[in-house]
Amino acid sequence: MSCEPWQCAEIAATKKANLIQKPEIVVAMIKRAERPILVVGSYAVERYMEGRQLIDYLIDFARASKVPIVATAHMVGEFLKRGYEPAGFMSAMDIGNRLVDPEWQGLDGKGPYDLALFVGMPYYMEGLIICGLKHFAPNLRTITLDNLFHPHASWSFPNATLEEWAGNLKVMTSKFEGGQ
Amino acid sequence: MSYQNFTEVSELTSKNVHVKIGEMKGNTSLISNLEVSVGKVVDSSWTEPMGPTPMPSLSTLRDWDLRLLERYKPFYMPDCDLCCLCTFGKCDLTAGKRGACGLDIAAQSSRIVLIACCIGAATHTAHSRHMLHHLIEKYGRRYPLDVGGLNIKVEAPVTRLVTGIRPETLGDLEDVLAYAEEQITQAVAVAHTGQEGNHLDFESKAFHVGMIDHVGMEVGDIAQTSTFGFPKAEPEAPLVSLGIGTVDTSKPVIMCIGHNVVPSVGIIDYAKESKVDDKIEVVGLCCTAHDITRYYNRGRIIGPISWQLRFLRSGFADVIVLDEQCVRTDISDEASRLLVPVIAASEKNCMGFKNRTNDPSDEIVADLVSGKVPGVLILDPEKVGEVAVKAAQKVAPIRRKFNNLPEPEEIKTLAKSCRQCNLCQRSCPQDLKLPRAMKAAAGGSLSELEDLYEYCIGCGRCEEACPEKLDLHSFIVKAGWKHMTEETNNCRCGRGAVQDVEIRNVGSPIVLGEIPGILAVVGCSNYPKGGKDVYDICREFANRRYIVAVSGCSAMSAGSYRNSEGKTLYEEFSGAFEAGGVLNVGSCVANSHIAGAAIKVANIFAKRSLRGNYEEIADYIYNRLGAVGLAWGAYSQKAAAIAAGFWRLGVPVIVGPHGSKYRRMLLGREDKPEDWEVYDARTGNKVNVGPAPEHLFQTVETPQEAKVAIAKLCIRPNDTWKGRSIKLSHYIDLSKRLYGVMPQDVHLFVRTLADVPMTMKDEITKLLNEKGWKETVIPDPTLLPRMIRKIKE
Repeated sequence: MSCEPWQCAEIAATKKANLIQKPEIVVAMIKRAERPILVVGSYAVERYMEGRQLIDYLIDFARASKVPIVATAHMVGEFLKRGYEPAGFMSAMDIGNRLVDPEWQGLDGKGPYDLALFVGMPYYMEGLIICGLKHFAPNLRTITLDNLFHPHASWSFPNATLEEWAGNLKVMTSKFEGGQ
Repeated sequence: MSYQNFTEVSELTSKNVHVKIGEMKGNTSLISNLEVSVGKVVDSSWTEPMGPTPMPSLSTLRDWDLRLLERYKPFYMPDCDLCCLCTFGKCDLTAGKRGACGLDIAAQSSRIVLIACCIGAATHTAHSRHMLHHLIEKYGRRYPLDVGGLNIKVEAPVTRLVTGIRPETLGDLEDVLAYAEEQITQAVAVAHTGQEGNHLDFESKAFHVGMIDHVGMEVGDIAQTSTFGFPKAEPEAPLVSLGIGTVDTSKPVIMCIGHNVVPSVGIIDYAKESKVDDKIEVVGLCCTAHDITRYYNRGRIIGPISWQLRFLRSGFADVIVLDEQCVRTDISDEASRLLVPVIAASEKNCMGFKNRTNDPSDEIVADLVSGKVPGVLILDPEKVGEVAVKAAQKVAPIRRKFNNLPEPEEIKTLAKSCRQCNLCQRSCPQDLKLPRAMKAAAGGSLSELEDLYEYCIGCGRCEEACPEKLDLHSFIVKAGWKHMTEETNNCRCGRGAVQDVEIRNVGSPIVLGEIPGILAVVGCSNYPKGGKDVYDICREFANRRYIVAVSGCSAMSAGSYRNSEGKTLYEEFSGAFEAGGVLNVGSCVANSHIAGAAIKVANIFAKRSLRGNYEEIADYIYNRLGAVGLAWGAYSQKAAAIAAGFWRLGVPVIVGPHGSKYRRMLLGREDKPEDWEVYDARTGNKVNVGPAPEHLFQTVETPQEAKVAIAKLCIRPNDTWKGRSIKLSHYIDLSKRLYGVMPQDVHLFVRTLADVPMTMKDEITKLLNEKGWKETVIPDPTLLPRMIRKIKE
């Protein structure tokens, strides 16, 4: 496992992601957060682990953790096909832009989010959005659930194999009530 | 007194009075060969009154920019936390820290946007200046401009709009460029340390320089169209060969790369004069390819910028001629490995070669053919032509299409040395799974490498990263050899401008919304997953009766695939500016014709005055013209400048995922109704028109998202109920098909129940009820208080 940026040139300056050494850290942060949200990108249907698509792991995780999902790109239909209704859908840029707005009251109108989890976008694009949040959303912590190290996030998993990734997602899901 | 050979007197209505007297005899004097140029005379034959903003300076249109930026606030994604532009630095600007000069990360990000736009605008404008110098030297200042004969009276809509100049001759274009160059210089100065400090002002200046970029582009294309005999606004411009497979590799091949066609014209002219044009192949890569085929019907388009390495390494080129822009800067190293002589033909791009411009051609040819020098710099396009043709003919029999691509068995052997370190994948902009492909190759199968062929953008970073120094890009090219050599497609030759009569025919249905939109698919080939997405998107919207305009590398990708009947896009759809047309305007600089067409709708159809009247025309386009730009593979600073020119004109631009690296989006907020008010010019009342268009600059993640966004961003406040109904039906249909859901913001676009598409009435009415929708009016929309005809008491 490596905590170098997955794309070699994607280097942060003085504020770099903390390494998530075990999935329980994410679980603890979610439990501690008042208003978490999970942003899921288009690679959710392009990444396969142990014969399942990433989106299936994420649905299990969201159901167990009760973290609401925002689907980007055309992912909303993929969730609906699998019987899961995301809390919202919008472009990745739109959700990034709303998260930097301290006045935004969230998808449900109940207040700003304090923790944003990201997963499944093109690496560079996800990294840029997270970088925007690092600079312009000082009250928001960010976590990536990808198996690629994102230096601009508050917390990131290290670069890891698909097997390790699947394992992490399963552990996280299992730590919530009702998770398998 | 008698006058003889009173050879030239220009009309007093032209901008420059130029008198040339061959010989004049008086009682006491004899004057011969006298030339007098007298200042500049204002064009009095153009009766259109001058508008309020001819030749705007950096801040003239600032209020307009700030109106747009109030609605479309920048969302910055800095990409780099530091500033290292001055010796105070490096400064860490992370999360609110200011640098030594006082700049914060928002201003620094917008400064980078401005710098990118300045580079882009300078590049187009310098290209046009260089070409204009050449053309004036060759054809004279008084050479008349002609971009469409009797079919075009508004010959330079962008120039007229911005500068208030109606250019009639090549010489007139010098004044236009002089203005553009001054503005670019001023804009570059803004980026110096200790100048501008506000991010919105940086943005406004980026808009300004984007507008200037369109002026620079227009000058270039109308100059070359007028002089080189390019198609002049021809809807049915001929189809030209596209693809590596169309090249007759049994002949010497001259490969021209770049954007400035002047050296290529030298090659073609020399080949024709020497009667060897049927014995050699002149092929182009990137935009110069378009202009080669606009000049020469036997020219071939190899493909977009990203195919430089693959064509070169395949060994087909016998001589490479570089002009300017988007040229691989390591091409001389690549070429020398293949014994291919290189001729650099632009001052901007000397490549370290010795300047041989003044040497005898045969001497230069001898040095290139013998390999005594790997390349030369020649700054005389006619000499480039002679040297390239002669060298290609002599080099070809020696090289015999030598290439250094490994054979399949060699790849399988070399792949065994792969350490599976992942550095190739981690360096690949596309995150291509090269390690897995190498593992498969080591196991005897090249199929995974072959699969990468379509997605590889040819940057070669994988090879730079490989600790084993494996030529991974060459492996991909070899594995994809069959695909590559079977690329035999076609492209509509760049037609140039849009005819005035075409504008008249479609003006009404566009502005009323009955033609659902104009989609401009432009820009480079930094695609996330190959060029097929470009083809699919163009075809989708042409089938939906949008007007689809294409240019540059995107126009090539659009022509690189075929439908089930075996037809390319250009065979399937007309090349006219009409509903369901797919028109290729040409190279990068021809993008100005797309902006020009939008401007001409306001002028020719709506009779709005054009001359120096930027703000009013942009307000018209923004509120009425359902036009959207898509740069699916934009990579360059030029693309940034082109986009900025469209933003100021009120045309939204979408970029593919790599476009997020432009590090700033301009996003509206449809959840903020207060952002979407316009004036009703009839009454002065403020009317909420909904998020139309929602964004001014947006990155999308997938082609599915692009299609939905295009349909949505074509919605405009001025749409009639019929037009809105048509636009909504496309938006909803695409959302349902590609997203699997009814869009949840439909209520924001329904003003009266007549806007609702008939076939979706029940479904939408239910949604409207759920959302608490209320009917509103369709205004005569404007953002400009001065356009209100009746001020409310």
